[in-house]
Amino acid sequence: MIIDRRDLLKAGGALIVGFSFRSASAFAASTLPGDVDAAAQRPAPANGKPLDPAEVDSFLAFHADGTVTVYTGKVDVGTGLRIAVAQMAAEELGIGADRITLVDGDTGLCPDQGGTGGSTGLTRGGADVRQAAATARQALLALGATRLNRAASELTIAGGEVRPIDGGNGVPIGSLIGDRRMAINVDPKAPLRAPATYTTVGQPIARPDVPAKCTGRHVYVHDFTLPGMLHARVIRPPAVGATLVSVDESSVRAIPGARVVRVGSFLAVVAADEWAAIRAAGALAAKWSDAQTLPGSDGLDRWTRAAAIERDQAVVTRGDAPAAIAGAAKTLAATYYWPLQSHASLGPCCAVADIKDGGGTVWSSSQGTHGLRANLSRVFGLDPAKLRVVFLDGSGSYGTNGGDHVAADAVLLSKTIGQPVRVPWSRQDETAWDPKGPQQLLDLRAGLDAGGAIVGWDTQMWLPTQTPGARALLAADAAGIAQDHGQGAGAITQNGDPPYTAANARVLVHWVKEAPLQLSNLRAPGKIANVFAVESFTDELAVAANVDAVAFRRAQLADPRALEVINRTAERFGWDTRPSPRRSASKGARLTGRGIAYMRYKQAENYVAIAMEVAVDPQSGAISVTRVVCAHDCGLVVNPDALKNQIEGCILQTLSRALHEEVTFDRARVTSVDWASYPILRATEAPDVDVILIDRRDQPLLGAGEAATAPVAAALGNAVFDATGVRLRTIPFTAERVKAAIGVGTA
Amino acid sequence: MASYGFRLNGRGVSAESWDPAQPLLYVLRNTFNLHGVKFGCGLGQCGACTVMIDGKAVRSCQTRVDRVAGHAVTTIEGLGTASAPDRVQAAFIAEQAAQCGYCTNGMIMTAAAFLAQTSKPTPEQAKQSLAGNLCRCGTYTRIVRAVVRAARA
Repeated sequence: MIIDRRDLLKAGGALIVGFSFRSASAFAASTLPGDVDAAAQRPAPANGKPLDPAEVDSFLAFHADGTVTVYTGKVDVGTGLRIAVAQMAAEELGIGADRITLVDGDTGLCPDQGGTGGSTGLTRGGADVRQAAATARQALLALGATRLNRAASELTIAGGEVRPIDGGNGVPIGSLIGDRRMAINVDPKAPLRAPATYTTVGQPIARPDVPAKCTGRHVYVHDFTLPGMLHARVIRPPAVGATLVSVDESSVRAIPGARVVRVGSFLAVVAADEWAAIRAAGALAAKWSDAQTLPGSDGLDRWTRAAAIERDQAVVTRGDAPAAIAGAAKTLAATYYWPLQSHASLGPCCAVADIKDGGGTVWSSSQGTHGLRANLSRVFGLDPAKLRVVFLDGSGSYGTNGGDHVAADAVLLSKTIGQPVRVPWSRQDETAWDPKGPQQLLDLRAGLDAGGAIVGWDTQMWLPTQTPGARALLAADAAGIAQDHGQGAGAITQNGDPPYTAANARVLVHWVKEAPLQLSNLRAPGKIANVFAVESFTDELAVAANVDAVAFRRAQLADPRALEVINRTAERFGWDTRPSPRRSASKGARLTGRGIAYMRYKQAENYVAIAMEVAVDPQSGAISVTRVVCAHDCGLVVNPDALKNQIEGCILQTLSRALHEEVTFDRARVTSVDWASYPILRATEAPDVDVILIDRRDQPLLGAGEAATAPVAAALGNAVFDATGVRLRTIPFTAERVKAAIGVGTA
Repeated sequence: MASYGFRLNGRGVSAESWDPAQPLLYVLRNTFNLHGVKFGCGLGQCGACTVMIDGKAVRSCQTRVDRVAGHAVTTIEGLGTASAPDRVQAAFIAEQAAQCGYCTNGMIMTAAAFLAQTSKPTPEQAKQSLAGNLCRCGTYTRIVRAVVRAARA
């Protein structure tokens, strides 16, 4: 019973009846006749379903009809996590994935498995559920043994029944455990099904959310409503750090039902009618203080290099890189730069909050609902035991976009006015105020021996520092509420060293004290820029050695999985072995070229190689990506079609980031605020993407929401170099920048 | 409060609005509870709010409610349901042409209007027809495949 989200919400109350032996009434669905949204208020169990990840019942509920509900703290942000986790549970339980309903990210129902990030949705979220299911399998076999009067070792589970391996009548699992608790702990040693026997894992089962998304019935957080709810719009200051001087409430008096809410410098309007709230937000006359606190985005690479350093940290030290480079036959150095970028969610963030009696419920698309609940409780003085955060799908977030901020807006407003409030952000606020992926500046130096092998490699990177504590919520800062001011953008130093057999390598991080804007984790944090630098520079070394780019990499790799992704990519692409650039390129005509990049994610996870073909118009500087081939090895493949969808998305989204995206700002405010000033890739620019999945059933599964992003920009830059002889080292590769570089021969 | 009559997914309806300039987007979402249509930018830049008016793809965030009076509006809910999708919806489902799905409404409505005019598009024409619809997840290749598939259905 994989059901769409709307059905799930409708059924929300019924789904957890399995836990309601002692307090059935507490679990009844909220029943406003015909109101789907109201039914989404799944009541939190007071003394029913456990949430402790140590218990099987925290993850699984078995129903008398043989269906199973899976609960996971990891959330599906359009990635296919729901179907993949369902497949993993179904495999252990001997049932079809269509018998599973999945509930994700509801702090009242789902165990805390950490935020959904770092490609841990399956490796942690799915693996926890799988282990709970494997434990449950042993318990079901034991129950079946008693019922069937056979030894458990003579039984198996298939088709939803515990049945003798040698044939004969079985007993449905629903009749063994249905609607009762297992009341056992997860056994970390419970045996897992052998991959060779898999029937569900590895199948391209269609995602349950897609039909509802294609027919307008999928419930996003934007679509959720409550009785008596007011629509709100928050008015953010015109400059970062500006404070509210005065508000003229009479300026919105003519707008029906509009009401101004002010808490310190936190300013909002609410109205029963959404359009009235929007009109009031536009009409409201407010005076703000002047603020000029930002460094400006022009020359931010120079600002970053000159900025005060908090500390230096060597994150990789192998041999003596500086000495090896000094003694090398040939040395090379280059600087690469990646700008601040926005998550740029297509739909601005939204949240609904109903705060009362020191607690309440927040509906949010946050990728970390448990963490959000803890932070909201702390900041707004709510009892965490009385506060529930319910995950509802948002527009794709790719990390921490504006979702946590908008949840804080909703909580502060609902708490202040004592009514349920829905707050969506405007396009301009989402693009301007979402926490940003950091700027990254990298200096690379390397030495080659006489045979063209890398003997020493030195990466120095300038990155905004990490400060412990939660990220400050805009609403709380504006309202003058004390809170953490942590700063962090994820594990942004990884993949700064080459994946090749260089005996001497160093990665030195210069942690810059100040961040120009608030930062957060943006898909594959740091790794995209680091691999752009490392794999572009590797190409420069291959050019210096006058060796083909594929051959250069292959010669310095020993890991057979690494070699296989490179070989399979080159073979499918029809790689022509020769050094770059292409000698036949003639000036004036459209220039074509091809590039390759390889990386192992976090130097410990997925192996990915990407080859790309481009055509560059030297007159305009426009780059067309005409073809992409990607070989991808993430170990065991759970759902090949959902995986390919993720890989395709990784590649196209990173092409967007590499070709178009840079957050711009002046001394006061972000100036890239919509799709004209912050353009992203269009359908007309999207190349064919040919994905080769290497399924390794004997290997642990690895996450796949991020890895294929990392080699994209280097493959692109390497292809542009092959086509034009010009090396692009600064993102984005806008037409103006490419044209200028072709003019002077570098960028 | 003025009242505006129009056809909505095949039936006659009347919407009241205190402001004749209220965009159709909010009337559809809040008066008629049709949540398939999405707010993306409010600027006509992204296409997430696309509906059909008299068979043409239109940005509902840029369309005043008073201009809709007397016309026929079709939303994604009017095309089909999960159990009985129309050919465009069925093709998107078959190609699994969605990730977060927030742009999907606009992609499907734009494609439906396009296919009504161009029955046998090339993949390049299908791509061009979606030039004004943004997808942040990067699902374009599947979306274009779905449009071509729908044309063959």
